[in-house]
Amino acid sequence: MMLIPGRSSKQGTSLNQGKLKEEYQKVTSTLEMNKDDMDKMGLIDGDKVRLSNEIGETVVSCIGKKPEDLSEGMLFIPYGPPSSQLMASDTAGSGMPLSKHIIVEVEKVKN
Amino acid sequence: MTEEANKKVEENKNMKIVENATCTFCGCVCDDMELHVDLDEKRITKAKNACVLGRAWFAEHTIEDAPAAMIDGKEVTIEEAVEEAAQTLVKAKFPITYGLSDTTSEAQRHAVAITDYIKGNIDTTTSVCHGPSGLAFQSVGESTSTLGEVKNRADLVIYWGGNPAESHPRHFGRYAVTPKGMFTPNGKKDRTVVLVDVRKTKSAGVADILIRPKPGKDFEILWALRALVKGNKLSANEGEWFWGVNIEEETGVPLETLTDLAERMKKCRYGVLFFGMGLTMTRGRHFNSGALLALATDLNKYTHFVAKPVRGHGNVTGADNVVSWQTGYPFGVNFSRGYPRFNPGEFTTVDTLSNGDADTALIIASDPASNFPKKAIEHLKNIPVITLDAKSTETTKLAHVAFKTATYGINTGGTVYRMDDVSIPLRPAFESPFPDDETILKKIKKRVHELALKKIYPGGASGEAKVAAVNPL
Repeated sequence: MMLIPGRSSKQGTSLNQGKLKEEYQKVTSTLEMNKDDMDKMGLIDGDKVRLSNEIGETVVSCIGKKPEDLSEGMLFIPYGPPSSQLMASDTAGSGMPLSKHIIVEVEKVKN
Repeated sequence: MTEEANKKVEENKNMKIVENATCTFCGCVCDDMELHVDLDEKRITKAKNACVLGRAWFAEHTIEDAPAAMIDGKEVTIEEAVEEAAQTLVKAKFPITYGLSDTTSEAQRHAVAITDYIKGNIDTTTSVCHGPSGLAFQSVGESTSTLGEVKNRADLVIYWGGNPAESHPRHFGRYAVTPKGMFTPNGKKDRTVVLVDVRKTKSAGVADILIRPKPGKDFEILWALRALVKGNKLSANEGEWFWGVNIEEETGVPLETLTDLAERMKKCRYGVLFFGMGLTMTRGRHFNSGALLALATDLNKYTHFVAKPVRGHGNVTGADNVVSWQTGYPFGVNFSRGYPRFNPGEFTTVDTLSNGDADTALIIASDPASNFPKKAIEHLKNIPVITLDAKSTETTKLAHVAFKTATYGINTGGTVYRMDDVSIPLRPAFESPFPDDETILKKIKKRVHELALKKIYPGGASGEAKVAAVNPL
């Protein structure tokens, strides 16, 4: 699946409280996922998923988004320490890593 | 509590109101804030006109109970921390300076000077923001304007790869969608708003036309629009084919949608393309920004069209301006040979860290340890780091020398640049017990300069005299 980290209102307000505070850490550890994709994987809102690729892995909780808002195969997460774990460092001579175009595997974390 | 009662409480307190204050949270840099300040408690109780992000920015920046300076987590005097920072920077073989997007331009220029004296490498958060657009500006050029011009004239507003409703909430209301301008007297009714994004975001609410391409296909769509604007057919097969593939299958956008958009672009009176990280952080990077800038240039054959990057941090645009007028380049600048060299991909911070080049980092008002690629963060953990920040972050946590500084725009005056390169003064609300970035950087600059000169004129009283004679600081 393709992970697109980005900004969100909650991320913006919580970073003002402090990046080491619980609210910011919660916001940046919440993954938005297509509802149909979640159904296929047997996931419900609040379930933990492991995102991984050749760079690293991270565990976040997921919430469903309507398929018309977030297409199948697409994931969104507010920028933060969890998304950094999956970001490749190669910038292809530009200085910019591919921060919004991260291919990841998604698996359910069993409780 | 009623409004009257509220007023009474305010009357009893040591309150002041700051009019036309500036919010420095995002690149909109709205300068119409009315701040109600409780001077006893040193906090802002109300920020009239602020958006949700601005309200949080003003409400949450209170005075923290923390040391002004620390070395390895232990409280020290500011002078001791300045000495340690300067010694560390001068000893380094490949020192890097990074950040700068959340501080004043007055502070930024001292950071450039420090980097010059230590023959280091300076880069700003631009390199992981609109750095690719910076490359595109150099290769393609920029048809540009101020946001005031957009407000007064634009009748076609296109947002590409961004979600201002969440990242720049007042961009719509203050500059580009709903405000009434000289030639847009009816506000939103006089404008067509187009949103191009792979997700349906909260910004979709203002869009008359919503275009949702497949991820990573922006370049193809922009190039197709350039062809359509010029009146070219996209293929021999009456436009259904695009370099041998079906354009809708390839990009997710039907040819009719693109044809309609191209016509609207040509026929509008004044068009603007606002573009965001959706272009610069995805496949194509500077080629995407370049394609968009080229499209805006092409359109000036038919009408007036401009393109503006939507900038994130409060003074990231100032960082570009200051580093440009001091070194000739906007970011990714290296002084190791004694003169500035620009080479993104080598002198940009993700690269200097990931490749293991940097051996010391001076990080100002930025938090790379929480949003850089994993490999870069790992290297940052292994080198001495000097930080200046108003808040505790993942980066300040790993600092060898950490300065806690005053918040720009809330505790300090100075100058910032709005995303359209308009410079705006700051009006502080209340004093901070912590020094501002400019004060600390000036002290480090002075000491670094002395130490750098001692390297050139080592030893004895005559060396000291020479240093004193040539050191103007």
